[in-house]
Amino acid sequence: MAYEIIVATNVAIAILFALSLNVITGFCGQVSLGHAAFLGIGAYTSAMLTKAGMPLVLSLVPAAVLAGAVGMVVGLASLRVRHDFLAITTMGVAFLFVGIVRKQDALGGEIGIAGIPAPAFGRPGLLVLSVVCVVAFAALAVAIRRSWAGFAFESIADDEDTARLLGIDVPRFKLFAFVVGTAGAGVAGGLYAHQVRFIGPDSFGFVESVTVLAMVIVGGIGSVWGVVVAAALLSMLPQWFQLVDDYKLLLYGALLFATMRFAPDGLAGIATRALRRVRGAA
Amino acid sequence: MLALDLLIQGLVQGAIYALVAVGLTLVYGLLRILHVAHAALFTLGGYLGVLVTNATGSFALALAVAMGVAGVAGIAVYRLAYRPLLGRSPLIALIASIGLFIASEEAFRIIFGAHGLSYVTPPLQAQIEIAPGISLSLARIAVVVLAVVLLSALGWLSLSTRTGVAWRASVSDPPIAQAFGIDIERVRHLNFFVGSALAGAAGVMVALLNNLVEPTMGAVPSYKALAIIVLGGLGNVRGTLVAALALGVVESFGTIYAGHLLDRDAIAFAFLILVLMLRPQGLLARS
Repeated sequence: MAYEIIVATNVAIAILFALSLNVITGFCGQVSLGHAAFLGIGAYTSAMLTKAGMPLVLSLVPAAVLAGAVGMVVGLASLRVRHDFLAITTMGVAFLFVGIVRKQDALGGEIGIAGIPAPAFGRPGLLVLSVVCVVAFAALAVAIRRSWAGFAFESIADDEDTARLLGIDVPRFKLFAFVVGTAGAGVAGGLYAHQVRFIGPDSFGFVESVTVLAMVIVGGIGSVWGVVVAAALLSMLPQWFQLVDDYKLLLYGALLFATMRFAPDGLAGIATRALRRVRGAA
Repeated sequence: MLALDLLIQGLVQGAIYALVAVGLTLVYGLLRILHVAHAALFTLGGYLGVLVTNATGSFALALAVAMGVAGVAGIAVYRLAYRPLLGRSPLIALIASIGLFIASEEAFRIIFGAHGLSYVTPPLQAQIEIAPGISLSLARIAVVVLAVVLLSALGWLSLSTRTGVAWRASVSDPPIAQAFGIDIERVRHLNFFVGSALAGAAGVMVALLNNLVEPTMGAVPSYKALAIIVLGGLGNVRGTLVAALALGVVESFGTIYAGHLLDRDAIAFAFLILVLMLRPQGLLARS
């Protein structure tokens, strides 16, 4: 059981992380190539606090707040630079985060933070907590999608200038998307730190940012269910590929490429088409 | 003297950045795709450079082979990966490109081993004193000379030949260019060939400077080159060259004077963010 619990917790954290990026990139159309930085901010905040004696559940709050606050600053940048310029700026933010952490002895520097306390309620408890966070965030995402903000997001993603012409307060909604998305990543980071119990600057690099963006896009940009399924699949893939350990990353990269090449609208698109075919046949 | 030394180191690094980034900016200008897998062709060039030099003893031949093969591989990447995705969101192509890059790094590792390869007898290792107290290896000088020669040739090609006119026309307005009878497909092939050949040349030169090629040697160029083309104004070749040299110099001074606060990549990206906040369209905005 212990192994299954660890895998299930990993999957839950990956889903939360992907859903958080989905708010920014999927709903609001702002591409981020540096989302792992916010996972990192949450992880470091939560780990430092629980090491100082704070309970895990409580430490997730400052983790979310701090990640959301930095996310707001990056959101301000998104008001200044757009599209591919923004993607590369967010990538820069992630490198800046890693570079700063690497040189701060207080944050463990190159070595990272080891000996993060195990959650008081054990591994099954951590799984329950992660699942609760996922369900809560998914519900929030669906609620946002159905609200006025969801409509505003969609119009910004579609055509920012037209949205502005329609009188939508574009800067406000962009900032909102960044704050919600990065705060969600902060919570995911707090959970992650206590799942692996060791974090270092290399845990939050470019590859992690790319992986989470791939989850959102493989899922089908903006689709909550598609992203949940894609995050679950892509986070479990490395486990399945253990059998062919030496070719793990080769398969991963090839699969990522093949999905985009042959099913560019992602899993949501595949599912929609399959459903249509079933209905058409009936 | 330290300042001059740092400046020269920065310019050598900048010349390598320029060779890699020009191909990337050309692809962006034509297709609006962030072509991460470009760095795989850089790695391919590095491996071919070492393998052919070790097999034949001729570094010049190795450089020519590396550039040719990388160029053809670039065309293959365009036809297999990007052409079918042209009508889609550029994000799709970006993720496909990243997948391709990850897979290629692994392929290099599986084929050539994880520990990398070296030149048996590395060429151009003699030191030359270029100013009192400052000596440079021939390899470093060769990097700068090669970059100047190749990029000048590119400049001549694009400014003074019919092909170049067609090329530039396709970049600035594809439908009009097509209406004037330009074969856009041919321009794209040329574009990928030239850009990838330049990346291959950069790979050979980096392999020479470090006397090592390894599967992960493309990792740094893969994201650093993206930063450079954005800094230069995306799709702007002149801007890219300026940005490449500027970033090389900023990094070489930064690691000495701010190395205790930030690592090399963070210095580069701090500079990038600073510039973009002041000039959101990059150093030289696209006309």
